[in-house]
Amino acid sequence: MPSTIQRLTNPLVADNPIAVQILGVCSALAVTTSLITALTMSAALTVVLSLSNATISLIRRHVPTAIRLIVQITIIASLVIVADQLLKAYAFEISQRLSIFVGLIVTNCLVLGRAESFAMRNPVWPSFLDGLGNGLGYSLILIIVGSIRELFGAGTLLGLVVFRTVEDGGWYQPLGLMLLAPSAFLVIGLLVWLIRSWRTEQVEASPYAVRTKPEPAGE
Amino acid sequence: MTELFLRSVFSENLALSFFLGICTFLAISKKVGTAVGLGVAVIAVQTITVPLNQLIHDRLLSAGAWAWAGLPDVDLSFLSLITFIGLIAAVVQVLEMILDRYFQPLYRALGVFLPLITVNCAILGGSLFMLERQYDFGESVVWGFGTGVGWALAIIAFAAIRERLRYADIPKGLEGLGSAFIVAGLMSMGFTAFAGVGAS
Repeated sequence: MPSTIQRLTNPLVADNPIAVQILGVCSALAVTTSLITALTMSAALTVVLSLSNATISLIRRHVPTAIRLIVQITIIASLVIVADQLLKAYAFEISQRLSIFVGLIVTNCLVLGRAESFAMRNPVWPSFLDGLGNGLGYSLILIIVGSIRELFGAGTLLGLVVFRTVEDGGWYQPLGLMLLAPSAFLVIGLLVWLIRSWRTEQVEASPYAVRTKPEPAGE
Repeated sequence: MTELFLRSVFSENLALSFFLGICTFLAISKKVGTAVGLGVAVIAVQTITVPLNQLIHDRLLSAGAWAWAGLPDVDLSFLSLITFIGLIAAVVQVLEMILDRYFQPLYRALGVFLPLITVNCAILGGSLFMLERQYDFGESVVWGFGTGVGWALAIIAFAAIRERLRYADIPKGLEGLGSAFIVAGLMSMGFTAFAGVGAS
């Protein structure tokens, strides 16, 4: 049984939801044009994920298997609506920039995936920790990608000027591509490469690898 | 209308410029055959659910929709999210039953993909964009069909590229997921070139 600390730290790198489990990639790509949207999205997702995991784990013995998906989605959707309304009330501008992506937490495979694979089988406290840990793992990637894209795309971090751009009389020529869609894919792709060069056990075995030992040529 | 259609297929492609449904996009794109099946299923579900959601939102949930019943102040639009996902799940279920009953060959081809579509964010995303941009019924039919076609186009092209990459010599750490992201990035770059496509 993993300890509390392990539950929280495991999903950060070793079992990262985005880079290893490939869950919740859509929103990770879409909201990372600037650090502030990435942070807001991370916070919203972490809260929704921990609470939904805890709630689903609480009622796991009372839900018939046949309708469990609908029950899970309803719980998640209710939590997301609360998060969405809170954002609209207290951070309207950011919620406008996040556009539909807060609502899309409902179909974020990360939330449903953890509910299905962890919360349905484990008690409340571990489930809550699992949700929190995975939320933090997701946030970590979002923050890294968001920082890279904002720093190189606009020369700022959280709106503060880091590299003075040419337009403002500085020296930095902003990389416009970083703010466009393709760079999100490329940055995450390279990040996955980086993580896998460090943690070689994550490398996928190639299904079409060349045989190293040729078979004896038997006629 | 043609303008909207072209926009929804190319320059506002849900998969490559809004990153919707990327999980499925990466997972079910190792063979062209399965990608075609999934693409067709997405077109079908998207064309049905977006206009239906538009009707429901317009008639039941938007502000003032209950004015005829003497309740002009009722605004249920905060319920739209949960209604949309419920409707999508229901449509997918019904579609599965109809196909199973009347179109056996099609059911066998699409069967495994239909349940996946409920949690495909491209479907919910299409409806939420329709809501945010306040499309009317006609526009939402075009938008639903167009985004479905765009998504199918993207995943089929992506699967074809990945099939060709099988024997490519990719660096160890980049194999699989990493290379998939890079390929998707390059494709997305290609699709931004469609930005000026219009119906003139």
